[in-house]
Amino acid sequence: MRSFIKTFFLWELLQGLRVTLRAFFAPKFTVQYPEEKTPQSPRYRGLHALRRYANGQERCIACKLCEAVCPALAITIESDVSTDGTRRTTRYDIDLFKCIYCGFCEEACPVDAIVETRIHEYHMENRGENIMTKDKLLALGERYEAMIAADKAADARYR
Amino acid sequence: MSEELVNIEVDGVPMQARRNAMVIQVTDASGVYIPRFCYHDKLSIAANCRMCLVEVEKAPKPMPACATPVAEGMKVFTKSPRAISAQKATMEFLLINHPLDCPICDQGGECELQDLALGFGRDVSRYSERKRVFKDENLGPLISTDMTRCIHCTRCVRFGQEIAGVPALGTIGRGEQTMISTFIEQSIDHELSANIIDLCPVGALNNKPYRYRARAWEMTQVPLVSPHDCVGTNLSAHVLRGRVMRIVPRANEAINESWIADRDRFSCEGFYSTDRAVKPMLKQGGAWREVDWETALEAAAKGLQQVVREAGPAQVGVLASPIASLEELALTAKIARGIGTNNLDHRLRRVDFRDQANDPVAPMLGCSIADIEQASSVLVVGSNLRKEVPLIAHRVRQGAVRRGANVSFINPRPYEVRFPVTANLTSNGLGMAQHLAAVLAASLTAQGKVRPSNLAAAVEGVTPSAQHEAVAAALAAGDLRVILLGALAQHHAAYSELRALAMALADATGARLGYLPEGGNGVGAALAGVLPHRAAGGRAVAAPGLNAVEMLGARLKAYVLVGGIESADLVPSSAIEASMRGADCVVAITPYASEEILANASVILPSAVFAETSGTWVNVEGRWQSVAGVSKPAGEARPAWKILRVLGNLLGLAGFEYVSSDEVRDELRHELDSYTDGVAITAAFAPGRLAAMDVTREVGIYGVDAIVRRSAPLQATVDGEMGAGGGAA
Repeated sequence: MRSFIKTFFLWELLQGLRVTLRAFFAPKFTVQYPEEKTPQSPRYRGLHALRRYANGQERCIACKLCEAVCPALAITIESDVSTDGTRRTTRYDIDLFKCIYCGFCEEACPVDAIVETRIHEYHMENRGENIMTKDKLLALGERYEAMIAADKAADARYR
Repeated sequence: MSEELVNIEVDGVPMQARRNAMVIQVTDASGVYIPRFCYHDKLSIAANCRMCLVEVEKAPKPMPACATPVAEGMKVFTKSPRAISAQKATMEFLLINHPLDCPICDQGGECELQDLALGFGRDVSRYSERKRVFKDENLGPLISTDMTRCIHCTRCVRFGQEIAGVPALGTIGRGEQTMISTFIEQSIDHELSANIIDLCPVGALNNKPYRYRARAWEMTQVPLVSPHDCVGTNLSAHVLRGRVMRIVPRANEAINESWIADRDRFSCEGFYSTDRAVKPMLKQGGAWREVDWETALEAAAKGLQQVVREAGPAQVGVLASPIASLEELALTAKIARGIGTNNLDHRLRRVDFRDQANDPVAPMLGCSIADIEQASSVLVVGSNLRKEVPLIAHRVRQGAVRRGANVSFINPRPYEVRFPVTANLTSNGLGMAQHLAAVLAASLTAQGKVRPSNLAAAVEGVTPSAQHEAVAAALAAGDLRVILLGALAQHHAAYSELRALAMALADATGARLGYLPEGGNGVGAALAGVLPHRAAGGRAVAAPGLNAVEMLGARLKAYVLVGGIESADLVPSSAIEASMRGADCVVAITPYASEEILANASVILPSAVFAETSGTWVNVEGRWQSVAGVSKPAGEARPAWKILRVLGNLLGLAGFEYVSSDEVRDELRHELDSYTDGVAITAAFAPGRLAAMDVTREVGIYGVDAIVRRSAPLQATVDGEMGAGGGAA
């Protein structure tokens, strides 16, 4: 008899609708990407960049520690004596298809040259674009230096 | 040293050791590790790094293991708290002034200081004052310096004094201001000088051409054998992504100990020169065209077959470089004899072939390389020993310096050697042959022997001087006495006379006669039968062909050049160009397509250099050393033995079905084993009256072969600048 009444008055339906109604007026979690973005940690490991010093000199000294530590063998470096007699890379390639974004390269770097920025929105349209060459990496570093420097500063006290 | 044994105890383990041996030698032999920087088993003991401090029972202080002789009942503790704390303290002092630039230091990853700092260093420095800094020395084109990194072990200084014989480096200043210096700015020009790169435990002395190009941990180490001289030096190539980045020694006590010549170390800089042949090429209507392998090989085979058909096989001349591998030489001989020509030679710089019937089966040393050091007397005839075979020169010097061996030279002009010599007989009016005749005459007189009949005319009227008599006396007594015929003798216009006299002298004194052939495979080439008058193993051929000089003068219709032969490898003659350019078909199997080769050849088959091919090199002791190819050949170049194998197939010759170079080697080995008759000496060569002449073309140390000539750093050295193709006499 009780179950008949429950069925007759659509009690369970109302119970369900109550949940719907509550969620309807509750504050929203959804982020309207790409207009809105979720907050990121300064340690976020996104696209790589190579940094320069304030005077424009490349930081990278071609010590190849990042290449050695890279678990995915994504980094390829060739080095030589540069025109000013210092040790510099002649080639610095990161294969983004191989990279697993572990951040070991950044950890290994003794001069904070290779960094993983907070940039995570990028795409490739053609074969070969997955290879980040030295020029591309340096261009990224120049473009986002302010952000990289701020992230490094924010994280400095934990290192 | 006496062989008396004493009982000692190391870390509680009882051991026996030779009396007067140093503690570190005993521990090294028994596998107990003691850290060290300045100690090196080939150098004298300096005991100045203090890293090897160990605790010795009843000694008031820790003792340096490298300078503490063992004594009966001695108890040594290498890992006791006292020893460890002494070693840690030493390390802290060493690190005070050492810069922290490991990431840009080429030694990083293979640095003895880095390794030991991991074990004995503190993680944080307590030293906060200024570090001392030195200006870098300029030591020439081979060795880079970062003197601030120096920890004053003085291995390089001792190397200069004890091994090279040229004390180029020394220490100046005291205490913290001590520095290693050449005193006045000068390059280090000794032919073994670059070994200080390996000796330096830190990054103070490094390989200049290799500077900043790779790191120790990313390269693969593969064994090689040097083809540049007859020693057969053992090398290790460090290869990164298919490219040889540098060459380092591979220790072999019997051959090169732990040293290599600069020529062996830096020839790799010539591998990837701009004129490297990377594609097969064909000359058509005077213009070069890059073609595929099939076309090029077929063109080469067709060109040779046409000449054989139309002009006969005697119109084909085959020249092979003695730096080629044994397999390449064996296949070259097989092809030449297969198409029916005996015009085949590897003695590219020899001019006197009158006495070639008396050549030994292979020009060998007659004793082992290590024995040279034990010889009581060495007579070097016609060799700028230091520049021709640096490591044999090193052995000779060690014998003279350490054991007081009598060393004499008969040379066209005096060459600098860094040890006391018995006599340095240089031409001064007399020719080399006359000097040798005088030594022979002195020796015969001293021993009361009669003159060999064939040499009567040569020894006639020769009056030996006191120097000649001294040489003869030195050769007469002792366990092992050696007469060495060097390249200057072998290229001499009177080589037949020199050799006949040397053989008679060896006979008269009981000394051994040894040869120092050119190229890494002079012995192998002779064994493989790359000779006009002999097949493999010294078997005489029915109708001897033309030798190298005759071939180039004869304007043959076809030539085959194996192993990157250029005019700098040949006896200079204006006929070469005319011969080559007048020929219908010149097949060049060469790693390099230089302008000269482009002008002369009609087909270029690009071959691999020695590091890129598997092969065997037979050294002057007769030691067969096989190595596997290590790096990728440049471009489309192929190992020469594969080129020759396919060429043999295309020429329709039988027995060219090899699948590996080992099969070629084993076939030759089998053939040699089955033939042991040796060479029958037909009639002793009888020289006439000797004329004073020393027309010998000297070949510079860095002009010996095509690879070395292309090594820019070697050409930039003093020796290289004196003459790439060969200095004037």
